[in-house]
Amino acid sequence: MSDPVAQLVFLIVKAVAMPLIIITMVAFAIYFERKFAGFFQARVGPTYLGPWGSLQSFGDVLKLISKEDVIPLRSDKSVFKLAPYIAFVPAFLVMAVLPFGPVGGEPNLFGHRFDYVIANFDAGVVLFLAMGAIAVYGVVLAGWSSNSNYSLLGGLRAGAQMISYELAMGFSAAGVMVMAGSMSLVEIVDGQKGAFWEWYWIPQIVGAIIFFIASIAELNRTPFDMAEAEQELVAGYLTEYSGMRWGMFYLAEYVNMIVVSGIISTLYFGGWRAPFESWNVIPGPIWLFLKICVLIFIYMWIRWTIFRYRYNQLMSVGWKVLLPLSLANLAVTAVVVSVVG
Amino acid sequence: MVEPTIDLLIQFGIMFAIGAAMAMAFVAISHLLSPKSVNPSKGEPYECGVVPKSDTRAPFNVHYYLVAVLFVLFDLEAVFIYPWAVSLRSLGTPALIEMFVFIAILLVGYVYAWKKGVFEWE
Repeated sequence: MSDPVAQLVFLIVKAVAMPLIIITMVAFAIYFERKFAGFFQARVGPTYLGPWGSLQSFGDVLKLISKEDVIPLRSDKSVFKLAPYIAFVPAFLVMAVLPFGPVGGEPNLFGHRFDYVIANFDAGVVLFLAMGAIAVYGVVLAGWSSNSNYSLLGGLRAGAQMISYELAMGFSAAGVMVMAGSMSLVEIVDGQKGAFWEWYWIPQIVGAIIFFIASIAELNRTPFDMAEAEQELVAGYLTEYSGMRWGMFYLAEYVNMIVVSGIISTLYFGGWRAPFESWNVIPGPIWLFLKICVLIFIYMWIRWTIFRYRYNQLMSVGWKVLLPLSLANLAVTAVVVSVVG
Repeated sequence: MVEPTIDLLIQFGIMFAIGAAMAMAFVAISHLLSPKSVNPSKGEPYECGVVPKSDTRAPFNVHYYLVAVLFVLFDLEAVFIYPWAVSLRSLGTPALIEMFVFIAILLVGYVYAWKKGVFEWE
């Protein structure tokens, strides 16, 4: 088998396996979210379907798929139908740049080189931020096209919130770019050789915290879920959606959560590297998976512990605290890097 | 796998196709399985049971617009910062000082917007 053909086969295997693994993770993330919600509130959570209720998400998907797809009569129908796709698809392009193991080097599989990344793209971080910006369209268009007051308010709130926090996110990611001298996620992981105290989370601790907080706002999760605040806006931009179109927004939220956790692990926590050099005998994908699981647990922990902020608090934290702080972090990083080299 | 640029197009193309195909499959399967019944009151926008009074295509708070304009400004700044951040080591101190001047000019606008109360939501 010639090398281009082998690479094409590897590519197809990776491109099919990765979305399948992530969708399976989504199913279990939803199950664990409900289970944790139960435990946090001294309930038991789902218990009926499968052992300890672990097949609950699959049952939910079956239910959603068999529900009627109601399209409001006064809505902007083509935009209304398009919006779930705009929310769902961008996350798949971010998966392509996420490295889950070593890239390059010697042939390691049947005499061919197997790269543990789908696309070794030079500007992976920028692609991630760009896809985050496209996901805003999904939410805003969903809210606007429904032609319902709750949807419109939810969509506008979500749009303003996501673009505000995207700035802080972008500037804190620039700190990592300065340290690694690259925008490629593969090279950013290469810059974090060694044990866990050599990863970027120690020098970039401010950036890492800002990035994490901003990612909660980007994902529209509690405590920043003003966009779908159910006590005031019914379900925000999702009010008019039903059946599988609603399910796609729901899936997209969790796919995005897993992808963003992967990006945070890669930028600040060494990506697929083991916390100690000698532990690298366990392959990279497993370490990345564990890091993603820990981050998802923290997201859920925050969601069920901290309650929702007010909208003006959210906007002032984003613009008056996180944005200047991330710029200061970038400036300090740049000065230190150019002095120390 | 021939040339880097074409490789990337193939790789992103495949991922995009898989994502879109998955989404379309969900909707298509749901169309096959789901019940369909048309009812004029079902198509009304939800308003807690009240008959909706007016259309939502109405003016809304200008604050959202101001935030969006500021976002465009600062995101453009970020776009200029990224290439600078990547090549800071090879560019050295002059580039560092130039970027500080650039950020300082934008900060003037930021302080102005702050004093004008763009970030105050009531």
